[in-house]
Order: sequence, then structure tokens, then C-alpha cells
Amino acid sequence: MKWDISSMDSWKTEDFPLGAVIPEAGNSQYYRTGGWRSDRPFRNIETCTDCLICWIDCPDSAIRVADEKIAEDWLDLDHCKGCGVCANECPVEAITMVPEGCELPEVK
Amino acid sequence: MAEVKTVATTGNLVVAEAMRQCKPDVVAAYPITPQTTIVEEYAKFVAQGRVHTEYVTVESEHSAMSACIGASAAGARVMTATASQGLALMWEELHIASGMRLPIVMANANRALSAPINIHCDHGDAMGARDTGWVILFAETAQEAYDNTIICLKVAEDPEVLLPAMTCLDGFITTHSIDRIELFDDETVADFVGEYEPANALLDTDSPVSHGCFAGLGGPFFEFKKAQRLAIDRSKGVVERVGAAFSELSGRPFGLVESDMMDDADLAIVVIGSTAGNARHVAKEMRAQGVKAGVVKVRCFRPFPQAELVAALKDAKAVAVLDRAESFGAEGGPLYLETRSALYDLETRMPVVNYIYGLGGSDVRLELIRQVYSDLSDIVSGSASPSGLVYLGAR
Repeated sequence: MKWDISSMDSWKTEDFPLGAVIPEAGNSQYYRTGGWRSDRPFRNIETCTDCLICWIDCPDSAIRVADEKIAEDWLDLDHCKGCGVCANECPVEAITMVPEGCELPEVK
Repeated sequence: MAEVKTVATTGNLVVAEAMRQCKPDVVAAYPITPQTTIVEEYAKFVAQGRVHTEYVTVESEHSAMSACIGASAAGARVMTATASQGLALMWEELHIASGMRLPIVMANANRALSAPINIHCDHGDAMGARDTGWVILFAETAQEAYDNTIICLKVAEDPEVLLPAMTCLDGFITTHSIDRIELFDDETVADFVGEYEPANALLDTDSPVSHGCFAGLGGPFFEFKKAQRLAIDRSKGVVERVGAAFSELSGRPFGLVESDMMDDADLAIVVIGSTAGNARHVAKEMRAQGVKAGVVKVRCFRPFPQAELVAALKDAKAVAVLDRAESFGAEGGPLYLETRSALYDLETRMPVVNYIYGLGGSDVRLELIRQVYSDLSDIVSGSASPSGLVYLGAR
């Protein structure tokens, strides 16, 4: 990462780039959107067919894939903002949205 | 040495000529009276192959300024022109252009805003854009419109500034009347404005950047606005410097504020645009009658030249500010509010009165200017008290 924003909180006006430009490509992965989340997706691994539609449709690339299957550590919680697109698009209803801070439903 | 050609033509045609000589990469524009002949003439230059500009015909002024912003972010030198309702339709993009620090130059043919619909001159359009972060110059004559357009480009693109700039000329009075104008040869203008080196070009694939980013709650939005304020404050020195350099080439004066007969003036008129000529004419008449009258023309409205205005007015006994724009509900017009505020720090404050005049092209006859000096004279002699806002010549 060539644009070091680790000390941005202490930057002065003159330290910010001209016109709010971001002087580096592809760094949105460093911007964490997970804090916006009120609901998180819960995946029933017995129903899931690994079709990867959720991975394709996730607007934040927050779903992880390994060996062409949904990964065991499947959800990037730093970036999942709880939009629910995955739950809506899942063709086998394997994903449900559960409120953050509540107990997860029991996995059968 | 600069070659000069003297021509008889209109303000709009020399603005188009100045644009051609500045060689913009992109012009995106939509025609609107009384600006139309600027973009019409420019389209002709493109059709004739006299410029290599990408000329984008858009469906509205909202799109025109949006296309200009995109092109400028891409790294192009960008110019456009508009007037009145067109400028109003661009309102949100005006803020975006300045916030993104894009040095777009736009001519504005000053025209009244509806309703009732009217196509003639007043400054309501540009004054409505006075807080959008653009550098704003006003021309008195077609010659000044040509000069200001070139000056605006060099100011906007200065690395110390990088803000959009508006070059205003009075609708019909200056845009369409034929005047005697001195034009530079192409090379002189090209050398004067120089090559544009964009700071953050999207098309520079070796240094990829993102434009139009988010700076929300808790983010540095506040600091970006402060940076914009610092830039427009710095632009004052740049306008002066570029104006002085241009003046050296042209032999014509350039000032943020231009004073006439003010050295010993008791009665001063502060004015913007073509009416400065009427005021000067009447001031000379008054001088012939032994009245010490003077005129202060504000050529650069943004950044506002407080110090220069104070220096010009400080010894006057009474000041009349002529506004060709309303600021409905305020104490007076925009120029009045800022002039009066600038004078607040003087130890001895003179009476400052406000006249709204010439809205929608309402004729500015010499007797109206005579009335202003006569009112000032009565205030100084004590035979009249300073009055509130006056609609000069209204029935």
C-alpha cells in the first residue's frame, strides 16, 4: 500500500490530496464498511449447494471462496455491510439475515 | 513581440476567439441567449478544423458542466460558456467543479433570471453563483471580455489555484454590440497561457487516481472546504500577477479594482461591468461642474478585493454602490453588502448607500447616474439623510 493513510486522523488540511482525489488505485479494500451492518448473513451449510451466486452478487466482495466452493471462513465481516443481497439471491434459501448482537439460530 | 490586430466585432466573438487561442482539448456547451454566438462561433472553428477541440454537443447545461467536469478530471484543458437559466441549471456542478479543484473556464453572458422571462442583462445569474467557489471576473467592455478570458485560464490552471474561473460579460450590451478590439496573434496567447499539466489526470494510467470520492461524517469534508478557501484566497495574488503580466503585453490596465478620478474624489460610485462606462462619463461631467466625483469598478468579484476597495474608497465622503442584481430580503444587493462590510474597519466610516439598477436590461440612462451623484452630494452637504435601498429609475 503506497498511500499511507494510517495517520489520517492527525492530518492537517494541507496533508489531504487536492480535490479529495484518492491517489492510488484499488485501495477500497482498506475502507471498512462492516461497521454499517445491523443484520448479518447466516449460511446454512447443509442447504448451501456452493453455486457461488452469493459470491457473484455480493456488492462488497465480502464472500470468500476456496477451491471453487464457499470457504469455511466464508464472510469478510470487515466489508459485509449487511445489505442482504446474498440472502435475497440465494436460489435454495440457504442464507438468512439475522440481527447483529442476537444469538444465531441453531444449526441443524 | 506580440502582434496585434485591431478588429470591429462583438464581445461574444472575441470570447470565442480567446477560447480558440487558448486551445482547449474539450468544449462541452449548450446554446442560450445571449451566449449563443460564443458557442456557435466556436463550433465553426471546430468545423473548419482551426482547432483540435473535442466539441461535445449536450442536451442541457447540466450535462454541459457535467461533461466539462469529466473531461477536466480526465486531464483535459476545458472551456465552456453559458448564461442565465443555463448557469442556474449548472448550479450543483458549479460546486462540484470547484470542490474537485478542476480549472474549467466558462464565459457567462450576464442575463436576468426568470420569472418573468427576460433575455437582457443583469448580474443575477453570476451573483447567484458567487458562493460556488469559482474565481469570477467581470468585463466592462468587449476588450476586457477578451482579456479576462485569457487571464482566467492562466489563473485557473495555476498550481497555487486549481479552481474553475468564470469570465462574465454583460448580455447584449457587451456580447452583441460591435466594439473596437485589439486581438493578439495566436502564438502570443499560446505562449502566455502555456501548456496545461493536469495535477491528477484520470487518463494518466501510470498514476491511477479516483476522482469524486466520499468524505462523509467524521471524514475530512471540513478540511477539504478549508483547502478550497485557502486556494481562492491565494488566487487573489495570482489574479493580480497574471493580470499584471497580461497588462505588460497588452499595454492595457488590469486591476482587481479599477479606479477613475478617485485620488481626490468626495463622491464615489462602485459598479461592476458595462455601467462603469456610463458612470465615468457622468463623473467627468460632474468634474467639469466642480464636483469631485469618482468611479470604482470591481473587475474581480471572486476573490473579493476588500483591501483594494478600501484603499480606493477610504477618502471618499459618500459612496453609492450600484448593484445589477438582487439579494432579496438582504439589506441590499451583493456588491453593496460586501463593499459595506469591507469598509467596516475604517476608523471614519462614510455613508454608503445602495442602488439596484438595470435589472432585466432596464436602461441605464445617464440621468440616472446623475441622480446618484446628486443624492451623494445632498448627503455630504447634509441636505438629505442616507436613504435605504433605492430601485434606480423604477416607476
